[in-house]
Amino acid sequence: MKIKKYEFILICILWHKYIKFTIVAKCSEILYSLNMFINKFDPLKKQMVQILDADGNHKEDLVPAELTPEVVKKLYEQMFFYRMVDARMLKMQRSGRMGTFASIEGQEAAQIGSEFAIQKTDWIVPAFREIAAMCAHGYPLDKYILYWRGNEIGSTPPKDVNVLPVSVPVGSQMLHAVGISWASKMRAEKTIALSYFGDGATSEGDFHEAMNFAGVYKTPTVFICQNNQYAISTPRSKQTASDTLAQKALAYGFPGVLVDGNDLFAMYAVTKEAAERARNGEGPTLIEAQTYRLADHTTSDDATKYREQEEVDEWRKKDPFIRLQKYLYKKGIWNKKYQAKLEEDLTVRVDEVMTAVESTPDQTPDDIFDYHYAEITQSLKEQKAYLKYILKQQK
Amino acid sequence: MANQTLTMVQSINLALRREMRSDPSVIVYGQDVGVEGGVFRVTEGIQKEFGEQRCFDAPLAEAGIVGTAIGMAINGMKPVVEIQFSGFFFEAFSQMLCHAARMRNRSRGRFTVPMVVRMPYGGGIKALEHHSESMEAIMAHTPGLKVVIPSTPFDAKGLLIAAIRDPDPVIFMEPKRLYRAIKQEVPEEDYFIPIGKAAVVQEGKDITLIAYGSMIRECWQASQEAKKNGISCEILDLRTISPLDHESILTTVKKTGRAIVVHEAPRSFGAGAEVSALIHENLFHTLKSPVLRVTGFDTIMPLPRTENYYNPNAFRVLKAIELVMK
Repeated sequence: MKIKKYEFILICILWHKYIKFTIVAKCSEILYSLNMFINKFDPLKKQMVQILDADGNHKEDLVPAELTPEVVKKLYEQMFFYRMVDARMLKMQRSGRMGTFASIEGQEAAQIGSEFAIQKTDWIVPAFREIAAMCAHGYPLDKYILYWRGNEIGSTPPKDVNVLPVSVPVGSQMLHAVGISWASKMRAEKTIALSYFGDGATSEGDFHEAMNFAGVYKTPTVFICQNNQYAISTPRSKQTASDTLAQKALAYGFPGVLVDGNDLFAMYAVTKEAAERARNGEGPTLIEAQTYRLADHTTSDDATKYREQEEVDEWRKKDPFIRLQKYLYKKGIWNKKYQAKLEEDLTVRVDEVMTAVESTPDQTPDDIFDYHYAEITQSLKEQKAYLKYILKQQK
Repeated sequence: MANQTLTMVQSINLALRREMRSDPSVIVYGQDVGVEGGVFRVTEGIQKEFGEQRCFDAPLAEAGIVGTAIGMAINGMKPVVEIQFSGFFFEAFSQMLCHAARMRNRSRGRFTVPMVVRMPYGGGIKALEHHSESMEAIMAHTPGLKVVIPSTPFDAKGLLIAAIRDPDPVIFMEPKRLYRAIKQEVPEEDYFIPIGKAAVVQEGKDITLIAYGSMIRECWQASQEAKKNGISCEILDLRTISPLDHESILTTVKKTGRAIVVHEAPRSFGAGAEVSALIHENLFHTLKSPVLRVTGFDTIMPLPRTENYYNPNAFRVLKAIELVMK
């Protein structure tokens, strides 16, 4: 068949007028369907993303396709491992074998769900309660624990792991995530940065500055606020008069989403969407993960001084594990026998890690001095020699 | 290549451009540094040459500027950020102390922060409250930071290039009263002056005047007066406050047996105390006279009409020389 000239022109016009628009419309439809949560759940109306509720009921249409029962099982096991590590660390701390540390108990879903949504080359910029997010992203667990044991050897992230060290000054680290992801954007790379912080951090000036810079320069940053309801003893209500923390993003010109932080599915789905937004050049997102710190602030704290047992009991019912067990039970995966076997296996792993930790020698005098500058200064050299001399004399 | 006669503002601008041309990871940002070229015009024309991607205005937030620069430096960039006046640096000090200064140590070398924070410091231009402070001792007291203060256009270029190429965070304090006060021949080509190395800028045999930044000029004037009375002054320009060049300090004082430390910053716990202690600890028996300090007072920097009461000058240095030589 031979196409005549006018027919060809007609086809071109049709292509231009109709087909092209159809394709564009289809693409935007796909984009629209990808965007299920961000800008859909209004933080000003306290709309919270929840896919798996506390009773284990799930919204089938919202379950991300990647989260097959097998994958959920793996994530559940990962989460449970960190709860067991946490419990062991507490036990060791009480017997003088561990330093003061901040427990993750209750926040496992918020961390594992969000970390699973990003790529290995992406960055994690943590605060100090992010054992699960950091280690799931590649920070060696024994190193993480060594840090809390007070051993500098723990401060050694491997070369290919993009996880910043624990950041103790509250709220100071989000700016680094903005800078890191901004640098990626400048080089037209597709890596993003995900920063964790708590409800208390939102009161810090650096939180405002980080959000503001991210908004102005549309950096590919995902801010994850784990609102665990307390900053040591100060309740969330004393941090801000805002109804939600998520809504603060709106004032900075980008979306904020309130998420059930104890829901692994919701945390994964929303972080995934925020990460893709960032990767596509659409800028930052603030995720407020509603969760609860089931343990004390740190091992030096006593939470019974400032909160009622009834409140803790209520939140215990919303524990991320209870609902996941119910879900996996329905999928024919979870039962008591499976759980017993899991705990048995994980105990062996915890034992192995702790053996590695406790057999690691302490830092030497050199370790204290050698990492301040690329090249040690004259006075540090002298001070190091002095310490070694004194230590020798003391023996 | 030809030398140009430049002010310190121009030589710093030249250093920034040179480094930006040779290293695409060098970026410049801060308040008003883009379109306007900075309130002192140090970054004038840089946005035009390198574009908004590499030289841009930041929101008015010092901690934000420094905090994001830390992140950028961790992720492969070399940010050179400007704090408009050193008096406002303290908003960002927590970021410098808690993170920039510690990141290498906190990650045992895995993450480093090769960044430069530039800021004008000191009095002498009759500026507003909060615009004339000399707070370098606080920076120098922070483990993990380097603090550099040039005293001439030539040194400013060479030291800034060294600071930008340094693998660790450097605070680069610019004596703003010297921004346009002196012109000097500055080579067009590449050169750098190593950080941590002081320089004998005038040789002498009776006494060493140890200073940096804006006080070098005062020392030089005092030494001219002293010369009339037959006193020969050596002048040591520290150039870097931290890490301090112990060797150069001890070498010159060994030679002259006398020293005066001069700085604009408050007297107590200042760089002068550190230098004096270093000399006394090492050269007590060779000293012909105790080390004196000529410094600003332990007061808040006065408002412009009496800032001259505060600022050390050649006359005060001369008086101290006479006392030491007595």
